[in-house]
Amino acid sequence: MTTVTPDSFSSARPDAVTLGPIAWAKKNLFSDWFNSLLTVVIVGIFSWGAVRLVSWALTTAQWQVIPNNFGLFMTGTYPSQLYPRIWALLAIVCGLAGLSWGVLGRNVSTLFSRSVLIGLGLVCAFIVLFPPTRPSSLKLLPIVALVAIAAAAGRQMGRKYPSTGKWLSLGWFLSYFAALWLIGGGLGLTPVSTNDWGGLVLTLFTAVTGIALCFPLGLLLALGRRSALPVVRWLSTAYIELVRGVPLVALLFMGQVMIPLFLPVGARPDRILRAIIALALFSAAYLAENVRAGLQAVPRGQNEAAMSLGLNTPTTLGLIVLPQALKIAIPAIVGQFISLFQDTTLLSIVGLAELLGIGKSILANPSYLGRYAEVYLFLAVIYWLFCYAMSLASRRIEEKLNTTH
Amino acid sequence: MAHDSGGKSFDLKAMLRDERFWKIAFQVITLLVVFLLLSFFLGNLNRNLIQMGRAFGFSFLLNPAGFSIGESLIQYRPNDPYWRALMVGLGNTLTLVAAGIFLTTLLGTAAGVASFSKNWLVHRLSRIYVGLVRNVPLLLQLFFWYFAIFGALPSPDEQIGVLGLGFLNNRGVYIPWASSAVLAVLGIAATIGAAIAAFYLWQWRTKIRIETGAGGQAQAIAVAVLGLVWLAIIVFGMNWTVPEGVEGGGVTGGLRLSREYVAALTSLVFYTSAFVAEIVRAGIQSVSKGQWEAARSLGLHAGIVMRLVVFPQALRVIIPPMNSEYMNLTKNTSLAFAIAFPEMYSVATTTYNQTGRPVEVFVVLMATYLILCLLITLVMNQFNRAVQFKER
Repeated sequence: MTTVTPDSFSSARPDAVTLGPIAWAKKNLFSDWFNSLLTVVIVGIFSWGAVRLVSWALTTAQWQVIPNNFGLFMTGTYPSQLYPRIWALLAIVCGLAGLSWGVLGRNVSTLFSRSVLIGLGLVCAFIVLFPPTRPSSLKLLPIVALVAIAAAAGRQMGRKYPSTGKWLSLGWFLSYFAALWLIGGGLGLTPVSTNDWGGLVLTLFTAVTGIALCFPLGLLLALGRRSALPVVRWLSTAYIELVRGVPLVALLFMGQVMIPLFLPVGARPDRILRAIIALALFSAAYLAENVRAGLQAVPRGQNEAAMSLGLNTPTTLGLIVLPQALKIAIPAIVGQFISLFQDTTLLSIVGLAELLGIGKSILANPSYLGRYAEVYLFLAVIYWLFCYAMSLASRRIEEKLNTTH
Repeated sequence: MAHDSGGKSFDLKAMLRDERFWKIAFQVITLLVVFLLLSFFLGNLNRNLIQMGRAFGFSFLLNPAGFSIGESLIQYRPNDPYWRALMVGLGNTLTLVAAGIFLTTLLGTAAGVASFSKNWLVHRLSRIYVGLVRNVPLLLQLFFWYFAIFGALPSPDEQIGVLGLGFLNNRGVYIPWASSAVLAVLGIAATIGAAIAAFYLWQWRTKIRIETGAGGQAQAIAVAVLGLVWLAIIVFGMNWTVPEGVEGGGVTGGLRLSREYVAALTSLVFYTSAFVAEIVRAGIQSVSKGQWEAARSLGLHAGIVMRLVVFPQALRVIIPPMNSEYMNLTKNTSLAFAIAFPEMYSVATTTYNQTGRPVEVFVVLMATYLILCLLITLVMNQFNRAVQFKER
């Protein structure tokens, strides 16, 4: 079946005639009696809802719970005298992000286009005008500046030295260990017990570690399931199907209990590590299915052509098949990463104080009794921002890698 | 390995160059590694269990459970055995799954079709709904519904009546229901039976109309009679009881859906529907534009084009991913444990806490969810076969 996307319809059509607002409304909102009814009903319901929501947010809601606990939301019970380490980590990550942005955008005519400048201005305005978290939030201003400077520098470097991209990947890789060191301490820094890791920092840490672990495992499982070797195929299939049949919360909970049982007597890995292992083992099975779909979409001829050129199986896979398969599978893979990120909320069920867990413990504080809507809406905004950013990035990568004509 | 027993014709170099040897060797090594890992883990497990003084076995399921369960479909008392408690949990999971799948299909399909609406507002609404709901974790949504929405409802003495048919308060939702469980089951069975019979009757009518050109009036009348009989059964046969407010707060009669159940169901339905909407949208998009145009140029109305031409073709693309969404919904019901709804996972956790048998409880859990997922897959595969291309 030929697949036609709406984009390709519209590109084949002549430009639409621009309509006046009244004609537009007539065409799009009141084209017949049914549409008119729908429009009226929806506008009615939503304006009623919006009025209720705004009046609640401005009068009944007590937003104090958010700024009063902002530190808790971000870092959990992390000792506040060590916050500079978290700031340093934020600076490293933002600097790298700025550099990457610059390097990726080295061929764009203007890096700081009008919309980007407006965006940056809005962020700065928000930081300055959002009173609850001052003065510490003012420290974000230099970080925004850092991103901008790093982006400009990255652009120059990317133009001069084309290999900057590779060094940046190495930088990202090393930044993970820097993060581990800065958060956890040791090697000259005051150690912080994992019991004190929490909030958004823990959420991001588990998500990144989980993603880093589940990707190679999922890849291997997908290759295993497609392998010509029966033993490998059966084992991979059994693993994937068994894990996909169990709810994550069961795996996590039992992971907390059973991983120590499967190890030699007395060995008890850290509970954050146990949770991450369970999360990665779970996601790997789903990821494997996404990668497998990508592998199946690569025409058989590619494989045969590579083989007939004399490439052996590993090089065929690594150089010919996998790059194409992964490119096809990017939306699904990022989708899986997004759900892994969302699944970190389940760690609150096994007693870890990640973002949702810390929200629950703040709500258990008698002075914030009943502030459910405020806290959960705030958390929802944070989760939404991260997930939306990830799906946006996925769409960008897809466009960048799209080589079909 | 047996290869090093070297006969006269044995040539080590040739063997190392032979791809077949490496294929077998790789598999043997994989098996060995897996075997070693498994025996390491299981050996540790055995040692750990012995140290804790527990032998592996399921006989504990016959011991009295000793905990009470808030809501259950079947008779249950605290001194019933563990297996019965687990059955109660399974029953609660199944009610959540059944209602969830039904409502998700409706809402998800509606939202997916709505994204093609000519009405700009409806189209936007569908897109915003999907973009918002998919990017917020389910557990957070569950807490939001449970604590911030249903928890904010007034207490029973100030409960809200809905059209005289039901009540809402912070203990749950009260709806009209058959006076006894047997009648309710019969009513649901009659509904499903009538729907299936009507479907086949209508297909028969279409077939006759196409093949013989007959009007198919007899069949149409049969469907109408079936509908009337069903309506009569539902209206008069069920002995409906309508919830009634009691002086000073509280409700008698009708069916109480607990706040936990309603919150779990709502969040599951809203969350899964967003994914279903995307699946439906992708399915409809996959039907080529020519189909629309051909149908429209035959003079069919837009609604009919969608119903008779586009949607049946889209179903081929829609059904397989729907299967995995239904399975996700089934597995996600376990999150209801976080708001203390006594479903399968919640009961299993309590069982583990009381017996200290993680391995056995995990096996039971895994088997239950696997069987549920397999059942869904079986049904969906049947359905999938029905909508696939009929080729020569």
